Amino acid sequence: MSQKVLLNATEVHIALQRLACQLIENHDTFSNTVLIGIQPRGIYLAERLKTILETDYKIKDVPLGYLDITFYRDDFRRSGKTLEANKTKINCVVEDKKVVFIDDVLYTGRSIRSALTAIQSFGRPLEIELLTLIDRRFSRHLPIQPDYRGRQVDAFGEEKVKVCWEEKDGEDAVYLVNN
Amino acid sequence: MSELSVNHLLGIKYITEADIQLIFETADHFKEVINRPIKKVPSLRDITIANLFFENSTRTRLSFELAEKRLSADVINFSAASSSVKKGETLIDTVNNILAMKVDMVVMRHPNPGAGVFLSQHVDASIINAGDGAHEHPTQALLDCYSIRERLGDVAGKKVVIVGDILHSRVALSNIFALQKLGAEVKVCGPKTLLPKFIADIGVGVESDLRTALEWCDVANMLRVQNERMDISYFPTTREYTQQFGVTKTLLDSLNKEIVVMHPGPINRGVEITSDVADSKQAIILDQVQNGVAVRMAVIYLLASKIKHNEN
Repeated sequence: MSQKVLLNATEVHIALQRLACQLIENHDTFSNTVLIGIQPRGIYLAERLKTILETDYKIKDVPLGYLDITFYRDDFRRSGKTLEANKTKINCVVEDKKVVFIDDVLYTGRSIRSALTAIQSFGRPLEIELLTLIDRRFSRHLPIQPDYRGRQVDAFGEEKVKVCWEEKDGEDAVYLVNN
Repeated sequence: MSELSVNHLLGIKYITEADIQLIFETADHFKEVINRPIKKVPSLRDITIANLFFENSTRTRLSFELAEKRLSADVINFSAASSSVKKGETLIDTVNNILAMKVDMVVMRHPNPGAGVFLSQHVDASIINAGDGAHEHPTQALLDCYSIRERLGDVAGKKVVIVGDILHSRVALSNIFALQKLGAEVKVCGPKTLLPKFIADIGVGVESDLRTALEWCDVANMLRVQNERMDISYFPTTREYTQQFGVTKTLLDSLNKEIVVMHPGPINRGVEITSDVADSKQAIILDQVQNGVAVRMAVIYLLASKIKHNEN
């Protein structure tokens, strides 16, 4: 197994700052916006962006929820093992709001397809955007593209993109792992 | 561990503590789902479930049916009263005929103990026991323990007394197994005629005085007197039973602590517990009903995960 650094800590921070600024351009005070971190790995990115928006750019109380897509996945009984769920926590109204889905890596697009179905259980958003730190080009199974991306990556099918977060994995970095 | 150790839920006796914990963790997620504006997930949209009730039931059947529908499964219902069972068809034939219609899972209630186990050995479907005679009622025990966990934080280390008709109660037996597996201490309390002889052999204490039992416990699970299963008289009169084993508000208030009161339903108000107890804050009877749907969704989801996907 070999791995290559795609983004180091500094580059991750620069990307986060840029993504936060791009969100502000489109969402201003976030009074009509809800950020939704996709479980399990999107919640770290979502929390980081919320912190940057609130501390660096003084935006008050950016609404943030976590959405688990396990029960909406299209590979139930196909992967050979039980799909384990994570916590969903959406304490804000999504009806008529601008929703931004936040996930660490966009790969086949199937998770986002599931998330689009899942969010409907909470209401009818005005519109939904997608933000990902890493966009794996050339690997989509569905017609889904991000509105905001940290870095576009060309990776082969057998390669894996691993996003590490300080609070979870002890460092901020993105690796391309070759098995 | 991320999957159940069994392919059927036939009784608490056959599953492990880790299975129970997995069911509880999954039920937590489903409890959140059933409190959403839209209370339905599409997970089981290619699974068909048959509810076979060879014995009367209202809440268990409704609870299972709702759980199945919330998971988007297709549901067919069958009750013995209006079926060919009356014409002499055997259990295996009845079930095989239903399975021939491409049914993946069977939820069955049957008056004979062991009916679920028997069926699981002879037909090719995942079986959930929804009560077999006086043997087991595993989903009731799971939802009872889940409700205790929700109210008291944990089941381990808690003291639970099961009061009433233990002899005829599948709820009692399943509850005893589940509580013991989760590390709770269990005692039973009731008329001696309604306590099974084996009770001490399975590590359950016996208390004949209700007040002493209530002083000891954290949770009192009040069982219904099952008149329909009693072919002889087990106690002189209902009035006498109530005087000795009925819980009243006065009795609860006179204890030196606040205990949790449970009842699997249907309640005989004024017999096992009085109305003011049933409607008090200490009673978690309606929480049990709500948790029943979440716990059954978890059981069905986890068992359905183990049914092989048919590529054709």
